[in-house]
Amino acid sequence: VEFTKVAADPSIVNLGQGLPDISPPSYVKEELAKVAAVDRLNQYTRGFGHPSLVKALSQVYERVCGRKIDPLTDILVTVGAYGSLFSTIQALIEEGDEVIIIEPFYDCYEPMVKMAGAKPVFIPLRNKNDGSSASSADWVLDPAELANKFNSKTKAIILNTPHNPIGKVFTREELQVIADLCIKHDTLCISDEVYEWLVYKGNKHIKIATLPGMWERTITIGSAGKTYSVTGWKLGWSIGPQNLIKHLQVVHQNTLYTCPTPLQEALAQAFGIDYKRMDDPDCYFYSLSRELESKRDRMAQLLQEAGLKPVIPDGGYFMIVDVSTLNVDLSDVDEKQPYDYKFVKWMITSKKLSAIPLSAFCGPETKRQFEKYIRFCFIKKDSTLDAAEVILKNWNKQTA
Amino acid sequence: QTHLLSLSLQAKMSRPVQARRLEGIDKNIWVEFVKLAATYSTVNLGQGFPDFPPPDFLKEAFVRALSGENHMLHQYTRAFGHPPLVKILAQFFGKLLGRDLDPMTNVMVTVGAYQALFCCFQAFVDDGDEVIIIEPFFDCYEPMVKMAGGMPVFVPLRPKAPKDGKLMSSADWQLDPAELASKFSDRTKAIVLNSPNNPLGKVFSRGELEVIADLCVKYDVLCISDEVYEWLVYDGKEHIRIASLQGMWDRTVIIGSAGKTFSATGWKVGWTVGPNRLLQHLCTVHQNSVYHCATAAQEAVAQGFQRELKLYGKPESYFVQLPKELQQKRDWLVQSLDAVGMKPIIPEGTYFLVADISEFKSDVADVPDSDEPYDSRFAKWMVKNKGLAAIPLSAFYCGAHKNNYNHFIRFCFAKEEATLKAANDILQKWKREKTNP
Repeated sequence: VEFTKVAADPSIVNLGQGLPDISPPSYVKEELAKVAAVDRLNQYTRGFGHPSLVKALSQVYERVCGRKIDPLTDILVTVGAYGSLFSTIQALIEEGDEVIIIEPFYDCYEPMVKMAGAKPVFIPLRNKNDGSSASSADWVLDPAELANKFNSKTKAIILNTPHNPIGKVFTREELQVIADLCIKHDTLCISDEVYEWLVYKGNKHIKIATLPGMWERTITIGSAGKTYSVTGWKLGWSIGPQNLIKHLQVVHQNTLYTCPTPLQEALAQAFGIDYKRMDDPDCYFYSLSRELESKRDRMAQLLQEAGLKPVIPDGGYFMIVDVSTLNVDLSDVDEKQPYDYKFVKWMITSKKLSAIPLSAFCGPETKRQFEKYIRFCFIKKDSTLDAAEVILKNWNKQTA
Repeated sequence: QTHLLSLSLQAKMSRPVQARRLEGIDKNIWVEFVKLAATYSTVNLGQGFPDFPPPDFLKEAFVRALSGENHMLHQYTRAFGHPPLVKILAQFFGKLLGRDLDPMTNVMVTVGAYQALFCCFQAFVDDGDEVIIIEPFFDCYEPMVKMAGGMPVFVPLRPKAPKDGKLMSSADWQLDPAELASKFSDRTKAIVLNSPNNPLGKVFSRGELEVIADLCVKYDVLCISDEVYEWLVYDGKEHIRIASLQGMWDRTVIIGSAGKTFSATGWKVGWTVGPNRLLQHLCTVHQNSVYHCATAAQEAVAQGFQRELKLYGKPESYFVQLPKELQQKRDWLVQSLDAVGMKPIIPEGTYFLVADISEFKSDVADVPDSDEPYDSRFAKWMVKNKGLAAIPLSAFYCGAHKNNYNHFIRFCFAKEEATLKAANDILQKWKREKTNP
């Protein structure tokens, strides 16, 4: 909330908040315009998800997961993935429970776990290369450290892959370590996979729910906003076994009851179009990640040329950057804030470029570990990246 | 393998997977009745939504928002409400309340009025708090209070016999002031007011609101004022906002709905209006549950309100035309029901009408030891055998009181003329069958 206000200033090149300034695909916009003309689609639809949408979701995910997914009992449509996280946590987490959160984490996990009365237990991703990091794959969990975080109170672990902010795509082996612990301790897995389609060459998105023993204990969360570059549609979904989804449905019927109808119908149509071409490289699920990969590479190059050290993400549309190499002295800024907060504020004011400080994504113990990093979002149109390029090219000229 | 599991793990595996806050709130009347209507009904006067479209100016605003140059309407907007929408709501309601409202702190947009209610209960109700709910009530109030850990305390509207020969009016259902006062205590955190009232259609008078307001002030109680049907008042009646009464602005959250205001229930755009000292807590709940509401519909609703502000009070205003049309439909349905022996209670507002079905007991026999209230069995029989869907009034009472008023059913009359005529045909045929079996 804090940083969104600052970035509303149009003179600032906004690579902070994670929203695309590229256009959604035209057929997605057209479907919604078509739907707006259909009268009955302006009234209430089925509470747990518009029938044509849950059917489309079950088709797409049956194909991806290789298992039968019942559209009526195994799926809940929510107001964004955010709403899915909320419904899942309210349904399954309570006072006395512990929930493992991997740092850095999408910032809502902690307050949502607390609001449910439970205790967040943090475990950081650690740079296995001690100091220098070139790729998101360098950031790993220590299996022994992870195992230590599990106990009889551990109700769930929240997994985010591809990961925001680092862009890590968890490998099968890494997921197996987590799965083994979930099974051993009878722990649930809340798997936030909103960036599931955004994986770059050489990487594969694997759903932890497809590992043996995991379907029955996993809620997998997805997002229309991230899939179709329509964050303002605020539609997401939870997929899982009936005996877990039914509790999310109870929360949903007691919080907002139904999601908007026209948006769900349009989304169902869009999914129908892409489901038919899931074997075709032109499918938006694949074409978007190709488009973003070149933006990723351009962003990385610009940052390197300015003397910064980006961590190249294997997935997602964020990139974290080590800014300590610039040696910008902010010790005279007397706030007790972490370095990255001060750096971002300084960068916004003096360079007119915004990003998000990484310590915003950390628990209290780890802020110092991540305070030399900031996060850039690169799902931006060429003119935005051009403007960023100008700033970055001139950076050295000014500070030299 | 059990002998390898630790005792604590065994204990964990034997506990239910779901959180305790879901206890007692898993049943929902709509799931069952919506399915029945979908399966059996030829004429659906059950669930509350119009079967006519939203006004053209609103649909056009939506299409404009979507096809315009600005594709950023497909991306996140301000979390607490799209700026054009909160600005116009602040202007509009400021005018109605005679107050200067700040769009940034006195208004918050929600996913329908339903989510506004959720935010209120989550923000203000703690374990042990009591919340007064007036029966009959929109069914979600009770489970939402429970989910927040609160204790619902019910007080009924009681029907007074109408004058000889006249049909009963929703105005004849009233609170007993002494009974109401007895429900307030130092544990009372809030009272939920719904005026115009769903299901009865009652429009609380100034005097009735003053009784409630006095108690709120005396006991320092919050008022959650669900005013989604604020424009649907008939016979020249006035919808009075309790927040405009002495001592009430500072302790009231007003809830509104674009779905009901603009006949677009599927858009799920609602709002809260109130003092910042209350709204700031709604914002906290909102930012930790839903965060943003969809952008395009907010833009269209903003344009809808801009049009209505310009036309306020004029005959072309939708807020003048819609109640006029609905009053006519109300009167048709009243006639249809009266003609067959169902006794309608004339609603002063909303698009709902409750009718007394005691004369129809011959069709659906009383089952003395049945768990299910009579009106529920009647409504199910009626949709299956007559194809006419309506909702039993007992759905709007707490479990303990479901049999207090169990011979009434609720009809929704926000329907096309053709639908209401078809309902009339079913009722006429039914009457003929009763007279000539």
